[in-house]
Amino acid sequence: MKRRLIPRLAGVLLWLLLTGNGILGGLQPERAVPGGEPPLSIRRAQAAPFWDAWLRSPATPLAFNELYSGASSLGLELSPKLKSLEGKRVVMTGFMAPPLKPTLAFFVLTQTPMAICPFCSSDADWPSNIILVKLSQPVDSLPFDQPIAVTGMLELGTQVDSETGFVSLVRIQADTVERAD
Amino acid sequence: MTNRILALIKARSAKTVAAFMALTFLLSTPCFAYTLPAASPITVLPIDHAKFLAGQKFDFLVEVHDAVSANITVTVNGTAAEQYFGKTAAVKLDKSLASYRIDNVAFKNAGTLEIAVRAATADGPATRAVRYEVVNNVAPKRAKNVILFIGDGMSLQARQMARILSKGITEGRYNDLLEMEKMSNTAIITTSGYDSLVTDSANSASAYATGHKSVVNAMGVYADSTPDPFDDPKVENIVELAKRTRGMATGIVSTANITDATPAAMVAHTRRRSELNTIAASMLDARHRPDVILGGGAQQFLPMATPGSKRKDNRNLIEEFKALGYSFSGSRSELLSTPLAATKLLGLYNLDNMNVYLDREVLKNPTVLGGFDDQPNLMSMTGKAINTLSKNPNGFFLMVEGASIDKQLHVLDWQRATYDTIELDKAIGVAKEFARKNGDTMIIVVADHAHGASITGTYHERDGKTGREAVRIYADSVYPTFEDRDGDGFPDNPDPDVTLAVQFANHPDFNASYRLQQQPTVPAIMANGKAVANPQTQGEFQPGNIPASDPSEVHAADDIILNAQGPGSEYFNGVMDNTEVFFAMARALGLDGKRGLK
Repeated sequence: MKRRLIPRLAGVLLWLLLTGNGILGGLQPERAVPGGEPPLSIRRAQAAPFWDAWLRSPATPLAFNELYSGASSLGLELSPKLKSLEGKRVVMTGFMAPPLKPTLAFFVLTQTPMAICPFCSSDADWPSNIILVKLSQPVDSLPFDQPIAVTGMLELGTQVDSETGFVSLVRIQADTVERAD
Repeated sequence: MTNRILALIKARSAKTVAAFMALTFLLSTPCFAYTLPAASPITVLPIDHAKFLAGQKFDFLVEVHDAVSANITVTVNGTAAEQYFGKTAAVKLDKSLASYRIDNVAFKNAGTLEIAVRAATADGPATRAVRYEVVNNVAPKRAKNVILFIGDGMSLQARQMARILSKGITEGRYNDLLEMEKMSNTAIITTSGYDSLVTDSANSASAYATGHKSVVNAMGVYADSTPDPFDDPKVENIVELAKRTRGMATGIVSTANITDATPAAMVAHTRRRSELNTIAASMLDARHRPDVILGGGAQQFLPMATPGSKRKDNRNLIEEFKALGYSFSGSRSELLSTPLAATKLLGLYNLDNMNVYLDREVLKNPTVLGGFDDQPNLMSMTGKAINTLSKNPNGFFLMVEGASIDKQLHVLDWQRATYDTIELDKAIGVAKEFARKNGDTMIIVVADHAHGASITGTYHERDGKTGREAVRIYADSVYPTFEDRDGDGFPDNPDPDVTLAVQFANHPDFNASYRLQQQPTVPAIMANGKAVANPQTQGEFQPGNIPASDPSEVHAADDIILNAQGPGSEYFNGVMDNTEVFFAMARALGLDGKRGLK
């Protein structure tokens, strides 16, 4: 355990130095959405360094239509593939829903771009097949209008966020969030 | 003047006299004038000019803002309110908000009432007077049953789109009318709530269910000034009255989540329609527990631990309903095989809103249906509901909602909206068939609010033109090429060569394609708090003309159309307020609110 941790810590330290993140401040990201609002780009804090692939297990691609093998009025049936990937690294492509608060260390990944902001509107509701993406630190700018790829450890099981009361079933503890092309 | 007229009376014929009398009357009548209501620190709920059914229960609340004491004097027609209602008021002062509340009271007799309030505020003594009207009208021929069809967002234009697609038009004449258009009585209905010109489905359905206006997002309550969504003063609704006073059977049917605003407003009481967990659980309350509950939205009935649930507790409401004797069905085949003897039905056919007719019955794209490939249509749900409810000898009240007319117009998808309007119309046909055999049922068909959709002309690309240049206006608007060769009431092809040009008075930024979207697609998405055109769509960019905070087309304040037939339907005529739908139903059924009152 200790042997595996040390190169990781060293990697993180080296990465912090190289990227200047948290020390020199983030770079100015480019604009992605018209209207003069803050620019949308990937925070470097969530981008994985190039040596990451050496340190982590490979990520299995997981698509939204592979999450459930059955659906009925009595609930969704988790697919064998989803269940087999619990605790393993996966990569999923989707859209980031507008967050409840900019300070939250999670966001919701959806299959299609969200017309509604269920966190902000009094009436709107989430679709059934959403992924809660947990981050090591809050994000304040990610593109809502372009697909993003989230890589990280897959978690399953009902969980309630203590701060917001948000209930989730499928989560990714993200190590990388990047634009999907 | 008068002398001259009197002189003329002697000289002229009776006809001329009548004309002069009418003219004199008109000249002596002051012009109609109106003023804005004066601002007052005193709020009285129910509001000024509220109308009640005699015996209809409600909570009475007075709030005094900038109050310096909880000393509030309230009289009803000059009698102290506590004495009038025979109950002690709960009075309190919370910071500068004083309140005076008497719950669960009723006006027993028809007539007018004047409520007078006196209170002490920081600016000195304040007074407020409001007037109420109490009615107990009974139709000359009473209805045993009432079926209320609500086409959510079904504006006049939405109905016309359905008429064009379902019936067709030949050389300017429609080949036939819709079922809803072949009914004896028609009225224009105004829709505004007491807080705002433009209403929402909770507020408008609440007006139908209770006869009282409310505010956006509220149902079965007046809105007080506290944030708690469950403490607002309640008014009794049609389901509660039908059950309490006559032991009638009641039912709610919708293609949306059954906890969605329109069906929820028939039973629930909350200031906030998004309290779906509580609304679902509230349907178990014996005071307003419908005998038939059919729709989507199982997600609100399953325990939190079940994948797909949206509950935040571990209650399994499906099991709780079953324990009360409800037959549960989760698919079309299960609904159709429900035992004939069943008198209580719970049917939930999707975790979320049911899919729209076009996706469910025509296109059947597995990605869109997400595993729910055996959902019933609104015709079979309506038929099953009527068969079940009509077993009660005391009669029944049934509300059937075509929910996604609204949901699809919100996303500018008039084709999906129109197929759902036709589906609702065919469900109305099922009810009319029942009424024809029994003759004791009033059927009402009404929207709850309008949308800004208009039929501008037709659209085709025969000459190579595309986009706005292919919108055919005036003489170029050749007839659309929809056909219904199989006679099922739905056009065979939802996207023919010449289609309708439907354009919207209000919309977010979006890319207009004018053609059918093969999958349900939202026109705009939220990005950093602003609605932007969905980058996954193609077409001509149309800049939004409403605040960028809303990513959808929004409701219009336009008046809507109501049609009705059967005993009691003679009440509907001319221009009427939306609350009159409740009073028409109570009158048709001859509901006596005093029955069962303590």
